[in-house]
Amino acid sequence: MGFKMKYVYLDYAATTPMDPEVIKEIEKHYRETYGNPSSFHKIGQNAAQILEKSREIVASLINAKTDEIFFTSSGTESDNLALKGVAFKNKGRGNHIITSSIEHHAVLHTCQYLEKQGFKVSYLPVDEYGLIDLKELEETITNKTILISIIFANNEIGTIEPIKEIGEIAKKHDVIFHTDAVQTLGKVPIDVEEMNIDLLSASAHKLYGPKGVGLLYIRGHGVRKGWGNYIEPLLHGGGHERGLRSSTENVPGIAGFAKAVELCKRSMKEESEKLIKFRDKIIKEITENIEDVYLNGHYTKRLPNNVNLGFRYIEGESIILSLDVEGIAASTGSACSSKSLEPSHVLLAIGQKPEDAHGSLRITMGRYTTEADIDYFLEKLPPIIEKLRKMSPLKNGKKYMFDPTYEINHHH
Amino acid sequence: MYSEKVMDHFRNPRNMGEMKNADAVGEVGNPVCGDLMYIYIKIKDDRINDISFQTFGCGAAIATSSMITELAKGKTLDEAMKITRDDIAGSLDGLPPIKMHCSNLASDGLRKAIENYRAKQKKE
Ligand SMILES: Cc1ncc(COP(=O)(O)O)c(C=O)c1O
Ligand code: FES
Repeated sequence: MGFKMKYVYLDYAATTPMDPEVIKEIEKHYRETYGNPSSFHKIGQNAAQILEKSREIVASLINAKTDEIFFTSSGTESDNLALKGVAFKNKGRGNHIITSSIEHHAVLHTCQYLEKQGFKVSYLPVDEYGLIDLKELEETITNKTILISIIFANNEIGTIEPIKEIGEIAKKHDVIFHTDAVQTLGKVPIDVEEMNIDLLSASAHKLYGPKGVGLLYIRGHGVRKGWGNYIEPLLHGGGHERGLRSSTENVPGIAGFAKAVELCKRSMKEESEKLIKFRDKIIKEITENIEDVYLNGHYTKRLPNNVNLGFRYIEGESIILSLDVEGIAASTGSACSSKSLEPSHVLLAIGQKPEDAHGSLRITMGRYTTEADIDYFLEKLPPIIEKLRKMSPLKNGKKYMFDPTYEINHHH
Repeated sequence: MYSEKVMDHFRNPRNMGEMKNADAVGEVGNPVCGDLMYIYIKIKDDRINDISFQTFGCGAAIATSSMITELAKGKTLDEAMKITRDDIAGSLDGLPPIKMHCSNLASDGLRKAIENYRAKQKKE
């Protein structure tokens, strides 16, 4: 595929480019730190030191203890370990799990799998902004509830859930609280103590680190008062990561993750100020200058880098395809661009009609986004929307097929 | 993901827009993904004299609508009825497998327009 001279990347929620400093760090460790951290000799012990140093750096970002960080191969694996690990270990205690209707597939599909294994899962609805209702959460807890898993900030619409309040409720009822913070780590301050988080998933490639490296924060390194060991490993083997995640650690990748965390710690405040400015500029410019457009998600309880807009009468894949032609990378919740052809469950959960869920555009920005990128995007988007609307039969007030009053052969 | 032909038709759609004085319209929706297509035809001497489309749908849906207007223009109604989704996809140098159903929309839309035209003729 040929790249045009100008390419504006606005899909940081999908993945981020690696920071050059991270690349340097990883390269160095690929060359120098080849030992196996489990080996007794100096080469191995050197790798073990790098591993533990990385653990310490990452732990400090979320106010965790070093031994509460467990490295995995991805955000997906961390979500799986949290959910299946707690479910399988605590079958005797209870079989009920509470989650939200706007989870990432890594949580959603794992919950659906657990339902097949006999667990009961409650999927909390969300309001039009994507926020769960705390009262409803508390009322859903039963004496069989073992786990609450709520996404920290949603990957599509950027809504930030009331995590601290959820943590309080979970603590009050002695239920384990997991949050998928894959989109949140490095963008918004996280404190697992203050927020009463028991389990937290994160992934390095969303914060300028390498792909295929993740972590699960596990409170009390898997031991809980009154519960004992509360998490079962998914991978059995040589007993790495204190028996919870066997497999020789990816030391260079983990060191790259730690470097990425270090950089985020340094720049988070400044970066999020910049991104909030860009975010709000895009929202303002587009909602003021284009008709029949609306914001998905919340205006303020929102990730600094996320904009999700709905454009009526047109379809998301055709928008991102047109943007791509102009050298802009963005994303959509439209069914037509996904492998399943089902519209985004997140947009449906916030109450959108299927045809509107089709017309969504997600813009996610990051460290290397400039004001000029935003201006280029704002210049290119309106004519695209206009052209696609000209093509659309919906624009002329014609009815949509999902309308219950509509019959396909009725017209003419 | 798409061929150059698809991208060409997506970027420069042929015969796009509503036809005010059409002889018949075919409208089809795609229940799988919720898209909608209108095919307008104007008939002269049993041939498709003019044709246009409007589409709410993905890039493939737009490109296949554009392509079918090119394929159908000038054809007799019987010939046009025989255009298949594979003809459309082939003329576009192929479609990704998951997008093959989008080309159904175009061939069904044209057929429906012709059927509507014929039904109207019978009545008159
Ligand atoms: C909220 C959320 N959870 C989990 C994941 C999966 O992370 P990974 O790609 O590291 O498996 C993602 C990434 O797309 C995500 O956005
Ligand atoms: S028409 Fe929906 S996927 Fe193509």
